[in-house]
Amino acid sequence: MNGQVLAPLPVLIPTIAAAATLFAGRRPRLQRTIAVLALAAVVAVCGALLYFADRDGTIAVQVGGWGQSVSGMGPLGITLVVDRLSAMMLLVSAIVLLAVVFYAIGQGIRDGDEHQPVSIFLPTYLVLSAGVCTAFLAGDLFNLFVGFEVLLAASFVLLTIGASTERVRAGIAYVMVSMVSSLIFLIGIALIYAATGTLNMAELSVRLDGVPAGTRTALFAVLIVAFGIKAAVFPLSAWLPDSYPTAPAPVTAVFAGLLTKVGVYAIIRAHSLLFPGGAMDRIMLVAALLTMLVGIFGAIAQSDIKRLLSFTLVSHIGYMVFGISLSSALGMAGAIYYVAHHIVVQTTLFLVVGLIERQAGASTLQRLGGLAAASPLLALVFFVPALNLGGIPPFSGFIGKVALLEAGSQDGSVLAWMLVGGSVVTSLLTLYVMARVWTKAFWRPRADAPEGNLSAASPSALLNDTEDIAYADRDDVGRMPVGMLIPTGALIAVGLTLTVLAGPIFAYTERAADEVLDRGRYISAVLGEVR
Amino acid sequence: MTYLVPLVLIGGLISAGVYLLLDRNLTRMLLGLLLAGNGVNLLILMVGGPSGNPPIRGRTSDGETITADPLAQGMILTAIVISMGIAAFVLALTYRSYRLSRAEEVANDAEDARVSKLSASALDEDQPEPDHHRDTDEPDELDALPGHEGSR
Repeated sequence: MNGQVLAPLPVLIPTIAAAATLFAGRRPRLQRTIAVLALAAVVAVCGALLYFADRDGTIAVQVGGWGQSVSGMGPLGITLVVDRLSAMMLLVSAIVLLAVVFYAIGQGIRDGDEHQPVSIFLPTYLVLSAGVCTAFLAGDLFNLFVGFEVLLAASFVLLTIGASTERVRAGIAYVMVSMVSSLIFLIGIALIYAATGTLNMAELSVRLDGVPAGTRTALFAVLIVAFGIKAAVFPLSAWLPDSYPTAPAPVTAVFAGLLTKVGVYAIIRAHSLLFPGGAMDRIMLVAALLTMLVGIFGAIAQSDIKRLLSFTLVSHIGYMVFGISLSSALGMAGAIYYVAHHIVVQTTLFLVVGLIERQAGASTLQRLGGLAAASPLLALVFFVPALNLGGIPPFSGFIGKVALLEAGSQDGSVLAWMLVGGSVVTSLLTLYVMARVWTKAFWRPRADAPEGNLSAASPSALLNDTEDIAYADRDDVGRMPVGMLIPTGALIAVGLTLTVLAGPIFAYTERAADEVLDRGRYISAVLGEVR
Repeated sequence: MTYLVPLVLIGGLISAGVYLLLDRNLTRMLLGLLLAGNGVNLLILMVGGPSGNPPIRGRTSDGETITADPLAQGMILTAIVISMGIAAFVLALTYRSYRLSRAEEVANDAEDARVSKLSASALDEDQPEPDHHRDTDEPDELDALPGHEGSR
């Protein structure tokens, strides 16, 4: 048993399970069992992969044995690569995917989903999981493209599930922006293929060294634009707060946690493996600063919590780009730790908003109030991840930010210091935004809310197109279903684990960063020999 | 010169595609997506090397002996399949949008408009504001028959 056997499984298991759940469409109970078992298996496999990648070094699999078929051509077939970075991304994503599927199932069971088109929800969700895992495992650019397309196609369906007016409007914008970014990625692939004659990332990183510097930078720029749209980096981020908030809570949660981070992961790979030397670092640092500030200023203006969180999501992408574009080991380690932290905490917060919607029949601050008195448990469940996102000391958000600030001050350039300042301001404003939600939604009496007397008629579910009724006339909707509360609590626990085990985990991200910055190990693992 | 003509064609396709994508009309956006996609596919084909090479190793075709690059064609096939699937999905969305609102233009985000109006008048969200009811002329069920929309 070694890592090579396991490497294809995070893609294979969800794909097969997606087919199986599709066949079991008329038997919801069987469908749920298959989905949960498959995602639990993926968590186990990813845990084992992380162990093997940390112990034995980078694992490379040439699918179908199409490895070194022609000497000097590089691998011709699909290559899957697991190094410490991708193993960590895989494990965190798998845990989040499992927790969210429990949440979605818990919500579906409570709502009695026989009237809703949810028989496609679980298969699509599993396809999304397969796409995310493909992107993290991909060892060649075209396979990365295919991974992106798989997860995007699944996300289109999930975002427009139920196809209400609002979701169709948001879905159209999302589909168009995503497809444009895919086209730009495809242009990048074509140009890189023209310049080097290969798409295998390890072979590319060898051959791109021989490409003239100007051409290299141009190729890099094309990829950064494509990945920047997916990761929602500032000038390319306007699509995100527009499209995410309309989707059902579990869908928004998993999108917010994973999809943008796939873009960040691709930026890490392009920046360190394909185009080392930091040709775009200054531009990326400026973009990171603007992402942080514009995102958080946007969040301040919002009154709908889902939109507010979408803006903080954009804002915190800036931290990761900041760490990456410092091109230092500590910066990269901080960025990797921050990605893991942010996947967990952002997903948790969106799940909590789902709970708030059930409890209070609204997710906008205009209608919310008195939640701390109505449900102290809900208050606790919101409070911990909110402080975590704001970067209050014991939590993982603080640890990640400290690492990034330290890396920025180590760099010492004027631009890096500006980013350090920007990070601190953004962190404070995040705290302000979270405190505003806290005081309005949790502390003030509901009667003080301007529209506090209104409420959605039925709980937000997968198919969500309800009208407003008076808050007092609202039926009891199962305000804190256990099936939704437990996964949320589990993710909070995972977030706290990032604090409790911060020493070992940060040491791991430092090893991962070393490995990412030292391309030789990746190249020799894939190509077999050191060239 | 043999490279210039296809490159100009690709540039034309992509710029026409981008122009159409900037429209609000869904059908035009879809056409733009398809045009730009075909432009990119042609670009990949161009990148795969000059035309006329034999597709089978060890054969000659019209005096050419270098094997044609199968990878470029494989990538184009994949891209074509993906864009076909997405085109079908966009068409379904367009039809749904038409059924819901009798229009195939992308509407503005209502919440976005509300927030920007707030910031223009420097109000906090504590201030109540007129409630805009949505147009309720829409099907009750997902599978409502044509002509029965909003009849319940």
